[in-house]
Amino acid sequence: MSELVDPFLDNAFMQRALLAGVLVAIACAVVGTFVVLRGLAFIGDALAHGVLPGIAGAILLGLPGMAGAAVGAVVMIGGVTLVTSKSRLSSDTAIGLLFVGMLAAGVVIVSRSTSFTGDLTRILFGDVLGIGRSDLVVQGVATAAVLAVTLVCIRPFLLLCFDEEHTRVAGFAARWYHLLQLALIAVTVVVSFQTVGTLLVFGMLLAPAGAAALLASRVSTMMAIAAVIGSLSIVVGLLISYHANLAAGASVVLVEIAVFFAVLLVVGVRQARRAATVPA
Amino acid sequence: MSQPAVTARSLTIGYRGQAVVEGIDLELAPGTTLAIVGTNGSGKSTFLKTLVGLLSVMAGSLDVLGGRPGAQPARVAYLSQFHPSSYVLPLRSAEVVRMGRFAGRGLLGRLNAEDRRLVDESLARMEATALGGQPLRSLSGGQQQRVFLAQALARRADLLILDEPASGLDASARSLLDRAVAEERARGVCVVVTTHDIGDAMKADQVLLLARRVVACGTPGDVLTPQTLLETFGLVLADLGGGVFAMDPGHHHGEHDPHDHHGHAH
Repeated sequence: MSELVDPFLDNAFMQRALLAGVLVAIACAVVGTFVVLRGLAFIGDALAHGVLPGIAGAILLGLPGMAGAAVGAVVMIGGVTLVTSKSRLSSDTAIGLLFVGMLAAGVVIVSRSTSFTGDLTRILFGDVLGIGRSDLVVQGVATAAVLAVTLVCIRPFLLLCFDEEHTRVAGFAARWYHLLQLALIAVTVVVSFQTVGTLLVFGMLLAPAGAAALLASRVSTMMAIAAVIGSLSIVVGLLISYHANLAAGASVVLVEIAVFFAVLLVVGVRQARRAATVPA
Repeated sequence: MSQPAVTARSLTIGYRGQAVVEGIDLELAPGTTLAIVGTNGSGKSTFLKTLVGLLSVMAGSLDVLGGRPGAQPARVAYLSQFHPSSYVLPLRSAEVVRMGRFAGRGLLGRLNAEDRRLVDESLARMEATALGGQPLRSLSGGQQQRVFLAQALARRADLLILDEPASGLDASARSLLDRAVAEERARGVCVVVTTHDIGDAMKADQVLLLARRVVACGTPGDVLTPQTLLETFGLVLADLGGGVFAMDPGHHHGEHDPHDHHGHAH
């Protein structure tokens, strides 16, 4: 039992990692629910990777990485919106173009510097064990903002999940609420890159919400289940990382992916049993 | 005399700069029904989307409930044809119907006892009360359509716009739909419905026949003639003793959906 508790009791860095991780898990549960239900995984993935040039550029200029990530996210969303509104191309084509373009720009910026290796690893995979107090404050404010915006806008957000046309017919500006949802994804990605990195935050957005979608019959329940799965995965992932000396962020995301497939298996078995008991 | 619910004058509808139907002229009074009849791609759904403000008026004028289309969301209910999310979304059926009340309450207005009463009543009118607690995605297509109809009824609108509402409904559910439309009409609601079924169109106060143009518009007796149906569907009518049936002049049996194209007139 002590092996489960002592790492958190004995180490301040583990306590901060746990708190930051839970805050990321809550934000990702709420935002990830809309990503899963609205099929926004590709734009989520693109945002998670598209912030790379912004972060890399900011680090080169000696600016905070988070500011660069925010600029990268704005360019990504703005670019996708511009291409889809000015052409007949589908949004996934626009997202793909911006995604590859931003990633390439990130690699070009990184290749200009010879001392970027360590920073690049931190950008891509985060540094959950190196979280400071100020990082925690930023993460806490971002998670609170995500929760508050979602609470206020839950009606148009629900309608968007149901049908974009119905959102407009009901009198809500669907386009602006869609952009607001993208902004929430961006905020979650930008803030979370410190914790789990830009590569792995996408897993935190999708895996718990995906597992919760298989279990929940209400959107609010789905968010709650996703938050619980995400938080428990943080605990388990950090413990695995601590005891087996593995990368913390990747361990957390691997646990979340494993939970998703376990839930998929259980739900599949349950449905098969139910089908077998129904008389033909 | 009360103000018309819908007035179209020389209206051109379409999307992405392409006109689909030009020259629509009609006036719909409160408490009347309009059936829009035509084949797939004839402009039926385009007209409905223009009525609710999803598509812009390309030319001419369209007045809906005394204003521009889309200006009064709480007074207009819309049932669309496709809900791709319905097998994914983790929502109970009653929550889907409750969404019908969002337009009247806006972003932050509390749903009150009257809203809850309307939700329950709308589910009951579609005999879907027992479905209210069930997840939407667990329901059959026909059951889902009854829930979506209940959502439209829950809006308590002055203009009810239904895009092929009988789609997926069995005979008993179709009679529920007919009864609900009659009740709404009696309440003073203007009901606009698209259909492939000439029998349904016969029950409406006005019929608009579309074939990427206005074939005819007026009362069913004036509009549903062999000539206009031939122009609309490419079909001719034949009296086979028990009534008048739409027949395919080219005898291409099996190429058309009989539900779509073989209506039954009298």
